Order: sequence, then C-alpha cells, then structure tokens
Amino acid sequence: MWSASRISTSGWRHGRRKNNNMATAATVHSHAPQGFIRKYIFSLDHKVIGIQYFFLALTAVWVGMFLSLLMRIHLVWPNAVLPLVGEIKPENYLSLLTMHGTIMVFFVLTTAPQGGFGNYFLPIQIGAPDMAFPVLNMLSFWTTFVAFVTIIAAFFVSGGAPLHGWTGYAPLSALPSAGPGEGLGADLWITSIAIFCVASLMGALNFITTTLDLRAKGMTLMRMPLTVWSWFITAILGLLAFGVLLSAGILLLMDRNLGTSFYVPLVVVNGVQLGHKGGSPLLWQHLFWFFGHPEVYIAILPGMGVASQVLSTFSRKPIFGYKAMVYAMLAIGFLGFMVWGHHMFMSGMSPYSAFAFSILTMCIGVPSAIKTFNWLGTMWRGHIRFQTPMLYAIGFVSLFVSGGLSGPFLAQPVLDIQLHDTYFVVGHFHLIMGVAAIFGMFAATYYWVPKMFGRMMNETWGRVHFFITLAGTYAIFMPMHYLGIAGGTRRYSQYTEVAYLQKLMPIHQFMTYAAIITIAAQFIFVINLFWSIFKGPKASDNPWEATTLEWTTTTPPPHDNFGGVTPVVHHGPYEYGVPGAARDYVMQTDPQTSAGH
Amino acid sequence: MGLALMALIWLITLASTYFFVAKTWWLPVGAAEAAHFIDGQLALTFVLMGIVFLAAQLSLGYIVWKYRQTPSSPPVLYSHGNTKLEIVWTVLTTVLFIGLNLMGSRVWASQRFDSAGPGAVQVEVTGMQFAWYFRYPGPDGKYGATSPKLMDPSAGGEAAVGLNTSDPAAKDDVVTGTMYLPVDREVDVSLRAVDVIHSFFVPSLRFKQDAVPGLNIHMHFKPTAIGEYEIACAELCGLGHYKMHGMVHVVSQPDFDQWLAAREAEKQ
Repeated sequence: MWSASRISTSGWRHGRRKNNNMATAATVHSHAPQGFIRKYIFSLDHKVIGIQYFFLALTAVWVGMFLSLLMRIHLVWPNAVLPLVGEIKPENYLSLLTMHGTIMVFFVLTTAPQGGFGNYFLPIQIGAPDMAFPVLNMLSFWTTFVAFVTIIAAFFVSGGAPLHGWTGYAPLSALPSAGPGEGLGADLWITSIAIFCVASLMGALNFITTTLDLRAKGMTLMRMPLTVWSWFITAILGLLAFGVLLSAGILLLMDRNLGTSFYVPLVVVNGVQLGHKGGSPLLWQHLFWFFGHPEVYIAILPGMGVASQVLSTFSRKPIFGYKAMVYAMLAIGFLGFMVWGHHMFMSGMSPYSAFAFSILTMCIGVPSAIKTFNWLGTMWRGHIRFQTPMLYAIGFVSLFVSGGLSGPFLAQPVLDIQLHDTYFVVGHFHLIMGVAAIFGMFAATYYWVPKMFGRMMNETWGRVHFFITLAGTYAIFMPMHYLGIAGGTRRYSQYTEVAYLQKLMPIHQFMTYAAIITIAAQFIFVINLFWSIFKGPKASDNPWEATTLEWTTTTPPPHDNFGGVTPVVHHGPYEYGVPGAARDYVMQTDPQTSAGH
Repeated sequence: MGLALMALIWLITLASTYFFVAKTWWLPVGAAEAAHFIDGQLALTFVLMGIVFLAAQLSLGYIVWKYRQTPSSPPVLYSHGNTKLEIVWTVLTTVLFIGLNLMGSRVWASQRFDSAGPGAVQVEVTGMQFAWYFRYPGPDGKYGATSPKLMDPSAGGEAAVGLNTSDPAAKDDVVTGTMYLPVDREVDVSLRAVDVIHSFFVPSLRFKQDAVPGLNIHMHFKPTAIGEYEIACAELCGLGHYKMHGMVHVVSQPDFDQWLAAREAEKQ
C-alpha cells in the first residue's frame, strides 16, 4: 500500500495549521514505509527521491565526462584506436558532442542541483515534513529516469546517436537523410528531451507549491535561506521554459515523422528534393532558445544559492546584502526570459531585434555583478574556515567571474561577427554554466553529504580534489578563449582541413592533457564520496555550526524531517557573529531571547 | 590554506591575462573595412573586462587570505550589507555595460540596415553539404532563375545550385567554387542554403553570417587588402562540417575583370 495519502494529507494539514498558528506536532508525524521497494525504489520521501536524483546525475556526469574525454582524444589523436571504443570517425565525434551536451545540460546541470539537492533540502530548510505532492515528486524522478534511459538508447540503435548538437538546429535535426544518426537516434534524442520536459514541469509545480504553502511558522519569505530562494526561482523558470521546449519538441517530432513543415522549408538534400515547404528554421531557434537561455539560469541559480549559503556559513558572517541577493536572483530570472535572441545574432533574425536583445543581455550582467560584489562583501572581515565546501564556494565565485566577464563580449552583436560559433563561446558557457555550476554542486555535496548520509567526507582528499579541479578546469577552458579569438570554430572534428586552424593545434593539445589530468582527479572525488558514505567518521547534527533548519534536526533526518516536532522560526537564515550572543551563530529556531533578529 | 588558495587564484588570473595581453593567439590581420572598428571594439572590451577581471580575482584571492580564521582574528564585522555601496556598484556596472553595447552597434547596423552602394560587386553565396558555391550575375547584372528540381550537387557548378539554363538571365551567370573579389570595392552578397543551415565565416574579412534554407540574406562588406583568405563553415551542418572549407581571393580590379571574363569565355 502506498503511503501517499498519509504524507500528502499531513503536508497539507501542516500548511493550513501554519496559517491558523496552531501547532500540534502529533498530526505531522507519519511512519516511514518498511518494505525495500517502497523505501528505496518507489519512495515518496523527498529525501530518498533527492538521493535518487543525485545518483542519477552522478551516473550521467560520468557518462558525459567520458564522452568529452573521447572528444578531446579524437581532436588530438584522430587515428587512435581506443580499447572498447575503436576508432572515432568525424560523424562519431559529432554524436559525442551532441550527447555530451544534452546529457550534461539536462541530466546533470538541471537534475542534480534542483532535483537532487533541492528535493532533499528545500522542504527541510522551510520546516516542512515533505514536498506538497509526494506522488508527483516520485513520478517526476521516475519520468526523468525514463528520459535518461531513452537518450542512452540512442547510442545503440541503427545509425547511432544524432550529430546535430545539443541545440538541434533544424533542418539538420528534422531530416533523417541529413546525416548518420539523424534517423532513429534523433527520434530518441528528441523523445528523451520531451519526456524530460514533462518530468521537469511536474517537479517545478511541486517546488513552487511547497515553497509557497508549506513554510513553518515564522519562516517568512525574507527569512528563507538563499538556497530556497534559488530553488524557488529556478522552479518558476522551469515551469515557464520547459513547456515551450516540450511543444517545440513535439513539433520537431511531427516534422520528422508526419511530414509537417514547422521548421523545414523547401530543401534539397543530396540532390533529392524533400516534401517539406514553407517552414522556418528560425522558428526552432526561437523556441529552443526561449527555453535554452532560461535553462542557463536553471543550471546556475541553485549554485548561486549554495555558494551564498556556504560563504556565509564558513566566513562566520551574515550574507552581505541578503535582500539585494534575492532581488538580483529575481531580476536574473525575469530578464533571463528576454535575452534568448542573443544566441541568434548571426542567424538571419531581424537585425532590429538584435538591438533589444543585446541591451537586455547587458542588463542581465548587472544583477550578476551585484551577486559577485556581495559574495566578496560576505567574506570581507569574516573568519574564513577553509573546509572543502568553502573551497568550492570560493572556486565558484572565481569561475563565475571568469565565465561571466566573457558575456559582455558575446552580448555585442558586432563582436559576435568574430566570436559566434567559435571556442570563445564554448569557453564562456563551460566556465559559467558548466564548471561554475558543477563547483556549486561540489560545494553542496561536501556541505550536505554529512547530513544526507550521516558521515563526514575526508577533508584532505577533498582539498586535493579541489586544487587539481580548479587549476585543471581553468587549464581546459581558459585557452578556449584564445582559440576562439583566433577564429577557432567549434564543432569541428578535425582542425586539419583549414590552414589557419592547423596552427591552433597546440592549444588543443594543451587542453587535452589538462582534461585527462582533471578527469583523473574526479576519481578522488567519487572514491571519497563512497568511502565516506560507508566508512567516514560519524557526523554530528550540526558539524559546520550552521544556522538553517536542516542543522536543527538529527543526522540523517527522520522520515518526517523533524521527528514529530514542527520547527518555529525566529531568525533570519544567516545570523553569524551576532554581538552579545552566547556562540558565534544564532540558529533560525533559537528562541527570540538570544541576540540577533 | 588561505595562502595556497590566494597563490592559485592569482596564478590563474595572471597567467590567463598574460596570453590576452601578449596576443599570443589573436585575430588574423584584418582585410576588410569593418576590421578597424571591430578590432578596436574588441580591444576596448578586453581592456574594460580585463580591469574588472583582475580587480575581482585579485581581491578574491586577497580576501580569502587576509580574513582567514586565526586565533588572533579580530571579531567579525556583524553587517547585513550596505545599500549605498550596492547602488554605486549597480549604477557603475549598468553604465559600463550599456555604454559598451551602444558603442558597438554602428558597424553592425551599417552592414545590415544600409543596402550596398550602387557600384557594388554582386555575389550569391550558396552553402550545401559540404561545399560553397559562388555565383556572379554576369554583364546583365541579373541572376538567372534557379530551381530545386534541377539541383545536382554531385555534378557541381551550375547544376549544384540548380541554375535554369533556359532562363535568358542565366546565360551569363558564372558559378564557381572559389570566390574572387576586387579589392576596395563593396561586395553585395546574398546568402542562401539548399539543405541545412551553414555559416559563411571569413575571419580575415571579419565577416560571418548564417546561410539559412528558405531565406535570402543580403549583406555587404568591403575587402581592403589583396590576398587569399580562408572560409570556414561556422554552423554545424553534418558530418563534413569540419571540411566545408573555401577560399576568397581578393585581387586588383583588373585581375578581377580578367578572371571574370575568362569564366564567361569558358561558358560560351
């Protein structure tokens, strides 16, 4: 029997109770399910689902990283015959980059920060016993899982995985005859994305409802940890963006299989005139980037939240400009929907609209700059403790600055004439939405694994992992900017056919060596993670001396998060170094009598 | 730990900056009118963003070292922020970003909004998997009709772009696989693609524009130096994307006339 009704009812009752200002703990308490399948597989517990998302993303990131390793090897040693893989042909290279991008963006950058950590910690940080809709939560995970299986299947069908890039520009993505992998592989690719969209829409609804309705007494919006704000805003972005991609994907499937012409005008492929006419290739780009740009913020906002949380905790100082941080995230979310055209300056889109997109894109740099300023301000005159989560949060800030500052180049249409579709763009988005977001996830992992699994991770190996990864990722992605300025085009399986590109090969060689070292260092992380989960020293309830609600409950938290007690919140989320307080931090649930506010 | 972290962040910052300043890898020498402005705007953006980059990264490194927790650390500053500073920061960033943007718009606009001058050389550029074709309208100044039904990429040349040879205007059309342009004369280029999206990118001429099936995109530019320049397709177009390569020969006006006349002669 499912315990759905019980948990969800208690959740709703809990929400109402908050409004009535009446707290009777007993009604909140629900019993954990006992059977293995309901406890660990089809669980309704947001914590279990969060861990499921986390491990799904961990699997996906290894797949995505392995694909990138093959790409780097192929670029430098094109004739290498690799064990198990064999020789990589130019079309295989394009399949690798398509699958690398798609898997990383959807199943890592969207899945881990929001589905994983958001699922686990959002309810706890607002003092709720679970998500508002536990069954929907379980469904969104398993739907995501189906999407992952579907995309992986694309490798194994006849023709292999698609080669049209993660952006899937039509007509290339719409025409099965346009290249190898554009047959069944491309159908599976777009089907997987459509399924993923459905899963994300369910997740987004759940996150929004939970944040609005299930906050504990005293947990006002402006007392929510910045992590909660980031997950909440990310969910709103997801709700608005994934619906559009879902529709776009269905139209693409129709163009591919039903002979419609949404994206395909009259075209001649290999001398054969196809039956399409009147469609617009730019329509796909508009729809895709209407999703695609907010998606960038879906990937990075949770990282911003975690960085803020960790920087404040380990600097032992309140966050600098809490309200400004909230408003900046809201502004980023809002503006994020109005800048999609900056991906299309060279596309043949009306040049008039380029002005508007360009100015709005510059505007989105402003809240991003505010956040950087406030992170530095948070550490300023603090007591910085260098545990691994903090190292990663500092790394996040550095990468966010580096990746962010190439934005104002690409936001200028006139500079895009040189930089668009070169490695400059690849360097830009990898630093900011790839590596910075992943540093956010590393910070979150080192910070919350003690709470999730009850064991501390190894500090020494955490630091070794951090230093190699920071230096290594810069060594991979910074040279991409040099490559791009010199006209190094992206998505080229070889630099052998164009004379000026051949001269840029030393940069590629350097990046490949850096990638091999950096990828090798990730074994340190994964061994540390699994060793610590089983053998690490036991974690106390609040090992980092932090203030938010997840640190008030036991480690790991009980099934209903707070053991039948409903937390009541009296303080803001980042009360560190409060003058006159007994210790250097005031927890959100500490009685009003202690200092702070 | 603070010292090691500062050292690493500073090292990364200074090493990264070095290669930008030294211009170890940089734009190819510009050979078109727009190059002067584009290169200047790029340099200006580099200087401004470089200053912000250095300031932010170096102070990040300094702060993590300076404010590391030690037994003798002074008490932390209990502060929730400073509104005045936030406003100053916001205004400065806004002015910097918007200003840069407005400055850069002129060349972008002139290439796209103004039509080419009356004396411009007309060239039609057609992209297909995985080749570029160039069509000159000939002495009549009019492109002949093309038809998708006539397109035969394996035959190359006129057949590849589907030229309808029965159209009188097509009689003097010249279709080649290499682009010839006279120096110091404006080029009125129309871009087309027959199968998927391609992008016509000539780094030395500071020119890039997607060629999109179903659209005929007009642009103009002016080469200013004689030489041979490489074309690289800049939009993923399929398995041969990396070898969709072509050449632009910018030659003197007499050489251009001679070349075109020779092609016309071949046709007859």
